[in-house]
Amino acid sequence: MSLLSVRDLTVSFPTSDGVVRAVRGLSFDVEAGQTLGIVGETGSGKSVSALSLLGLNPGADISGSAVFEGTELLALRQDKLRRVRGAEIAMIFQDPLSSLHPYYRVGWQICEAIRTHRRTSREEAMRQAVELLRMVSIPQPERRVHAFPHELSGGMRQRAMIAMALALRPKLLIADEPTTALDATVQAQLMELLGGMQRELGMAMIVITHDLGLVATVADSVLVMYAGRGAEGADYRAIFRSPHHPYTRGLLASIPGAAGSGGRLVPIVGQPPSLIRIPSGCAFHPRCPFAMDVCVRDQPPFVPVRGGEGHLSACWLPPDAVGVDAAADAARQRFVEGRRGPAIARLRAAISGARAGGGVAHG
Amino acid sequence: MADAAAPVNPASAEQSLAAAPAEDRPLLQVEDVVKHFPIKRGIFFKRQIGSVQAVEGVSLEVRRGETLGLVGETGCGKSTLARCITRLHPLTSGRVIFDGVDISRLSARQLRTHRRRMQMIFQDPFGSLNPRRRVGSIIGDPLAIHGVADGGERKRRVQELMEVVGLNPEHYNRFPSEFSGGQRQRIGVARALALRPSLIVCDEPVSALDVSVQAQIINLLEDLQGEFHLTYVFIAHDLAVVEHVSDRVAVMYLGKIVEMAETAELFGSPRHPYTAALLSASMVADPEKARSSHRVVLYGEVPSPINPPSGCRFHTRCPKAQPLCSVEEPPLRIQAGDSAGHVTACHFPVAPGEQLVGAAPAISAAATAFAADSPDIGEGGRA
Repeated sequence: MSLLSVRDLTVSFPTSDGVVRAVRGLSFDVEAGQTLGIVGETGSGKSVSALSLLGLNPGADISGSAVFEGTELLALRQDKLRRVRGAEIAMIFQDPLSSLHPYYRVGWQICEAIRTHRRTSREEAMRQAVELLRMVSIPQPERRVHAFPHELSGGMRQRAMIAMALALRPKLLIADEPTTALDATVQAQLMELLGGMQRELGMAMIVITHDLGLVATVADSVLVMYAGRGAEGADYRAIFRSPHHPYTRGLLASIPGAAGSGGRLVPIVGQPPSLIRIPSGCAFHPRCPFAMDVCVRDQPPFVPVRGGEGHLSACWLPPDAVGVDAAADAARQRFVEGRRGPAIARLRAAISGARAGGGVAHG
Repeated sequence: MADAAAPVNPASAEQSLAAAPAEDRPLLQVEDVVKHFPIKRGIFFKRQIGSVQAVEGVSLEVRRGETLGLVGETGCGKSTLARCITRLHPLTSGRVIFDGVDISRLSARQLRTHRRRMQMIFQDPFGSLNPRRRVGSIIGDPLAIHGVADGGERKRRVQELMEVVGLNPEHYNRFPSEFSGGQRQRIGVARALALRPSLIVCDEPVSALDVSVQAQIINLLEDLQGEFHLTYVFIAHDLAVVEHVSDRVAVMYLGKIVEMAETAELFGSPRHPYTAALLSASMVADPEKARSSHRVVLYGEVPSPINPPSGCRFHTRCPKAQPLCSVEEPPLRIQAGDSAGHVTACHFPVAPGEQLVGAAPAISAAATAFAADSPDIGEGGRA
């Protein structure tokens, strides 16, 4: 049984502009000791879904199911959930400066986390805090434990955050953009540290990021999100070597140095959609080079595709349309041409006409 | 061409200034540029108690039509250097020669004619556009300031620019808030293009954008370069982006250039240990490369530029450091076996094919060595 099993998670926020449908039926599993990378662009719902699991989205309408070690998280009362949060499932955030309290010393904040969940004397908690800071390679932990967050550099603060998250030896660590604000060499240090901690404590991780490089480096399995839904989920090799969903394919072609890119970049046209007005059918269809009539009409199910055990994709293309090379693209194109209806052809002509008129020079 | 490829040397630059015909002359020559920001203390009588040595003796050349990438981590001085090049900061010392004219000592009025030919694109598409002004007037500003066009002519030129960068010209009267991040960056590009400059300094132009939009802007910049024969200085911390767009790359560390070479050579066989570490730390979106490569994990963080280390500024974190490195500063020079355009400031450069394996101890070892060897690392944040 999976450590965490999320089924059909739906999160929406009522606002004065309309209902923001941030997550729309998301399902995924996290296995004990494994790392799941959740990738997506701004507004894909990746952070919102993690926060919802921990009850950190007050005011949101949440439905679906999230079973963690046999316990349904979404049905837990606040006081019960508080026992899970921090002790069983811990979280580290992107910006350590705004997620550490500026008024309290770092050591005090770590002690608070420990003493909230465990019966521990103040002295013992402080001793553990020093030990934790040492574990995350903060030099002179006896002194740093008395430092305020602003007295530490960005990398040090993120280390302190990690120390706090690991204080209670959680079974699952959710890292939301853990290294986005940091420089490359510091990022490498931290991911090395997190990897070491993960092996030592045998914990599972969810790494939420927009950085495909980070995912390629640390994830065992990957979930690609688009407009609040899972677009594709698979083993990390399959995501990079033989993606099925055109959005995954598009992301890989957009970044220099990725598998399957080379020479000129091939951007995905257009912008990610507004979560208040999500396109009909497959939310990606206005930007998809392979869109068909059915894509405008019906939302594709998140189902297995050929290419391996546990390779899921939400796309109407045939299940064997996997691969990153030109031949795979040509095969997809042929399939699409065979099924393209007049409506989509008109739509596509209008889009490309508008782009030509706008003078956008896409490859 | 041989002249342009030679390592940067103020004396030879002086000669080329007089001798070389205008077309062969580098478009931009930066000579020993120093930029210090004073740190002052006191209430009535402010006295200087130190300085942030942001840029410390940087020399480089940018040839016509090329893209020079500038990489380095936070605080290495790359953005300050960009602002020195465009004279948004006055220099502490050194010279910036733009198309044969030393612009580093020009008055604001004299500078204005040269500014027309050098423009800048900024990182933050939200902060760099005035939210209370309409897009048409933002893009038209350079035309108005330099008295190039006004009235209907200005509007026509602005709409033409909007079309060139892929914006709908009918959106002339909209406000920046009505555009997405990628479209705002296009507005920034249009504004930079308005005066048909020769040089555009791009300071992290795509860092704030989503992956799919980032590629649109990179392609746009590439197209414009071909179309308008532009020269770029391209600053970014994302090495994959820099590798993709640049002809040559300069790596900065604590205010100095530590290595500079043709892109393929720099990425293929870095000679400076810092370059090697930076390259190995960057996470490529290719699982085989990302997992097979041996990561050189540097200890600690970048020291404070207020009180930089003696000798080679990298010696406190360098896996190859020897006693000499803390005493004598290595000059930026061509290392044995490298091509003429490849310069490295290192006493003990990385040999081609050498793996800095010994430099990456297990994390536990790193932790102890880190704590014992460098008691003051992390102090930078207290400045």
